[in-house]
Amino acid sequence: MAKRVGIEVSLAIGEAVKLANADVVAAYPITPQTHIVEHLAELVANGELDAKYIPVESEHSAMSTCLGSSAVGARTFTATAGQGLELMHEVLYVASSMRLPMVMAVANRALSSPLSVWGDQSDVMAVRDTGWIQLFVENGQETVDNVLCAFRIGEDPRVLLPVMVHLDGFYLSHMIEPVLFPEQSQVDEFLPPFKYPLPLHPDRPVTMGAFAMPVIYSEAKKAQEVNLEAAKKVVLECWGEFGKLFGRHYSPVEHYRSDDAKVLLLTLGSFSETAMTAVDKMRGEGGEVGLVRLRLWRPFPFAEIRQAVRNAEVLIVLDKSISFGGPGGPVCSEVRSALYGEDKRPKVIGFVGGLGGRDITPAGFEEIVNKGIEISQKGSDKEFEIYGVRE
Amino acid sequence: MTKPEGELTWKDINIGAIVTEPGNASQYKTGDWRSERPIFDSEKCIKCGICYIFCPEGCIGQNDEGYFEANLFYCKGCGICARECWPGAINMVPEEG
Repeated sequence: MAKRVGIEVSLAIGEAVKLANADVVAAYPITPQTHIVEHLAELVANGELDAKYIPVESEHSAMSTCLGSSAVGARTFTATAGQGLELMHEVLYVASSMRLPMVMAVANRALSSPLSVWGDQSDVMAVRDTGWIQLFVENGQETVDNVLCAFRIGEDPRVLLPVMVHLDGFYLSHMIEPVLFPEQSQVDEFLPPFKYPLPLHPDRPVTMGAFAMPVIYSEAKKAQEVNLEAAKKVVLECWGEFGKLFGRHYSPVEHYRSDDAKVLLLTLGSFSETAMTAVDKMRGEGGEVGLVRLRLWRPFPFAEIRQAVRNAEVLIVLDKSISFGGPGGPVCSEVRSALYGEDKRPKVIGFVGGLGGRDITPAGFEEIVNKGIEISQKGSDKEFEIYGVRE
Repeated sequence: MTKPEGELTWKDINIGAIVTEPGNASQYKTGDWRSERPIFDSEKCIKCGICYIFCPEGCIGQNDEGYFEANLFYCKGCGICARECWPGAINMVPEEG
């Protein structure tokens, strides 16, 4: 029987990685991700997880080490946050371009300066285009489930890509939540052993990460793009299979009381759960408000987003990061762009909020919705609003 | 390599552009980079082999008569052989066109 335990979500990730029987963990501690790698170091030191734990001197080295370990066919895990993710930046492209599967939990954090260790999604958005599969989770159970799914998706022979599991730093990483852990035998059934088709091995030499002249680089990038796009099918399959085995269901775009909603709010990450409370209250007062939550960030679920919002009149998108000098938030601009060619589409209103650990309460979400409705009616001379900022 | 690189489509590329054929860098024509080519004068050449020793590309070898010459498929035209050849048997001349 699966057991339900109260556990800090960071530690639960360590337990999930143990259930996945990872071979290598290479990581550098950074707030708010530290508890994840601390717990894994303990599990390895105690002999509970038979893996190689490689302490490194930086996140750049952590990611580089993961390249090597995935390249020999070892199941690989790492975790980071904020500045650490940025320090990995160039190596992130190498992992996806070389098609090396690994799973990375990112405890989403704001970027300096001013220095902030608190949560927002600026770090994610800066690595948006690195070619990784990227999933968002909202609570402890989803985190554990999707860490397991991430291994299966990334290591699928049709995919072979690294996967980021994004969880809000502190808001989620440091919460103690009830989590249902599957039995080892169930995980073993769900997650087949990792077999890299062309591993580094002395008996069968290969060259990885060679250089490409202009005559072949475009072809390499097209192959990569087609592969990432095609990974969506495997993501859906994996979540389908997970649902059958464990009874918990995941989709690229999820809905909450959105069917007949004239006004939709779109969020990603753990703030979605707070937004649901706000939606319930507004529904109770007769508001025709619903919520759409984006779970699959890359590859971007164009069809599902279009379908999810087509009947709404107003779509309010909350970004937890700014694209400086640009259209406000990356999520808003992508959603707006996905809808641009549609004949029937809602007005898209962008908000930026929750920066650097600033909380948004249910009342705050209500305020965002009301302000969004007002802007949709009266218009605005701004590309986006920053919610809650003192003027 | 089954096809020259310029004929490969994106579908022909191995996962992660992994190269599975060891040593296929030998198919890469670095001679394309050359703006000057070395001309070897057998009248002056004393077959000492200093050009062979200094060639950073390893593309200089001896012909049947023992004279040294560059393999122009690989020679990048750096001119080190001409600089080091103390009898002055190697002359760098511009590539035409």
